[in-house]
Amino acid sequence: MKLLNKSLKYLSISILLIVTIWSIIFYINMLDEIQDSIDDGLENYKVLILQKVDTDPSILKKSFFDESNYAIREIGEKRALSMKDQYRDTLMYMQDEDDLEPVRMLTTAFEHKGDFYELKIINSMVEEDDLIEDLFWSVFWLYVILVVSIILINNIVLRKLWKPFYNFLNQVTKFRLGSTRDLPNISTDVKEFNMLKNAVNSLLQHSLETYQHQKQFIENASHELQTPLAIATNKLELLLEKGNIESEQAEGIAQVLQIIERLIRLNKSLLLLTKIENKQFFDQQNISLNRIVQQTLEDLEEFATFKNVKVTIHEHTDLNVEMDPALANIIVSNLIRNAIFHNLPQGNVSVDIKTDMLTISNTGKREPLETDKVFNRFYKSSDKKMDGTGLGLAIMKAVCNLYGFRVSYRYLADRHCFEIQFKNSQEKVER
Amino acid sequence: MKLLIVEDEEELLETIATSLAKEHFIIESASDYLTAMDKIRMYDYDCILLDIMLPGGSGLQVLEELKQSQKSENIIIISAKDSLDDKLIGLELGADDYLTKPFHIAELNARVKAVLRRKKLDGKHTIELGNVVLNLSERQLSVNGEIVALNRKEFDVLNYFLLNINRLITKSALAEHVWGDNIDQADNLDFIYYQIKNLRKKLQTANAVIEIESVYGVGYKLVEK
Repeated sequence: MKLLNKSLKYLSISILLIVTIWSIIFYINMLDEIQDSIDDGLENYKVLILQKVDTDPSILKKSFFDESNYAIREIGEKRALSMKDQYRDTLMYMQDEDDLEPVRMLTTAFEHKGDFYELKIINSMVEEDDLIEDLFWSVFWLYVILVVSIILINNIVLRKLWKPFYNFLNQVTKFRLGSTRDLPNISTDVKEFNMLKNAVNSLLQHSLETYQHQKQFIENASHELQTPLAIATNKLELLLEKGNIESEQAEGIAQVLQIIERLIRLNKSLLLLTKIENKQFFDQQNISLNRIVQQTLEDLEEFATFKNVKVTIHEHTDLNVEMDPALANIIVSNLIRNAIFHNLPQGNVSVDIKTDMLTISNTGKREPLETDKVFNRFYKSSDKKMDGTGLGLAIMKAVCNLYGFRVSYRYLADRHCFEIQFKNSQEKVER
Repeated sequence: MKLLIVEDEEELLETIATSLAKEHFIIESASDYLTAMDKIRMYDYDCILLDIMLPGGSGLQVLEELKQSQKSENIIIISAKDSLDDKLIGLELGADDYLTKPFHIAELNARVKAVLRRKKLDGKHTIELGNVVLNLSERQLSVNGEIVALNRKEFDVLNYFLLNINRLITKSALAEHVWGDNIDQADNLDFIYYQIKNLRKKLQTANAVIEIESVYGVGYKLVEK
């Protein structure tokens, strides 16, 4: 839920509560005030009537309300003495409304020349249900207006206030270690946002440093390994060359040599990967992929024959790409080599060159590779007997990332299919 | 033939020297920048193997010095850094070749010989051994004067062997030299065996006096019968 809506939710609930409580209190107070002022009026009438009784005793006979608002009737002394002024809400038939309407009635007693009388004075009252209804609608509209204004204010003010935040968030979302150069910035004088920026940036700075160190470490380690590896292979080669060793021992040495060679390959691949990620390939040229594919196939011809794999190439168009020639070679040869190596005897490889697209598909193991892991470093399929470096596809993916090409894998109709989209080939590499 | 090896790693220096001594070169060595500079100022060498990162200075400075003094030594840079920039600068400063560590001794051997041969071109682009003649410019093999048809890769394999007569060439050194980085998978060894088998057959049918021997299953050696 967006912050805007969340605050709106809480605000509308609390406003509803506040307005309801307020209107109840207001209603009670108002009713009280109305009764008070009616009672005062009735009291005044009483005084006026008592004065009138002295001048015009005929009104003592007026025992019905009729057109006026009072009635008098004679009562016993005892009852009169026990009576006090009493204000009461009651209902009375009103001619105009043709209905019983609420009235306020004062019942009191007085003495006139030794006789005792009861006096009832009425005054019409507000109709409570009308009042409540009126009040309800006013409160309702007040509430609606409040909520609508809050929504408007929220939308305008909050949106404006949070704009730098969303802007910053957008920058952070797009931030990529190693490829984004500037740290995300925020232009506001809001203290909280600036604090957030500082916190995020120091975190990013730290990640960047770690990332740099990690890259540096891999590069340095690989370089430092080159010389000892060179010494080890060369010494073993010399030892084998010297001869006069038991063939059993020679076999052992040969095995060690092979292990060292594997180490060398691994090391070289890691170095290459680091170089690609460090963008140390700057030789941008317009390259014909058709030519590179043909060359690679020529180089791998004997392999294909040896593995009994048939390679066919379908050139639908001339495909030219702006990139480093060495890297172009790497992606093409990695893909084609994999397609030949991980094939079946009597299998086939098909290379398709279309507009902006290179597709290489091959027969092979009859189950798909794990699509989400296939480009990971050191990914090895369940096929244990292969002891490649596990970096070939990772290197290819790194090259594609460098140039913004899209590479994908799918398993379709018993064929493993790798596809490179060169759509972004126009975009220059960030240096 | 006199060679100078400039390399700060003693162990590597020693193995390179041992390997090249087998080819009957006279070997001298320098393990830092100053010694290297002294030696190139005082003596002339047929070939210099030069490491770039040296204690006390850079191998590139040594190259500059050689270029200025107009000495026409053959120079092969051996560097742990597989950097295109270094390679280009080195070659621009007059180096003849650039070899990245780690390398196979057969590869170093072949590079040294190729460089030496290139410099003393006496118009003939051939390698001869017994009744075998390998014509490098025509890319042809003839045995007893008769041409033997080789495919491109077979020619490269034989050429490599002829640069390493009597020396061990491991299967992976061979694969790397002839097939480049394109081959680094486990089953390359069977593949190499298959290729060598074909080449052996061709040499045998042509009655060549050379033979490719297997060495402990790890590699091969070209010998004269």
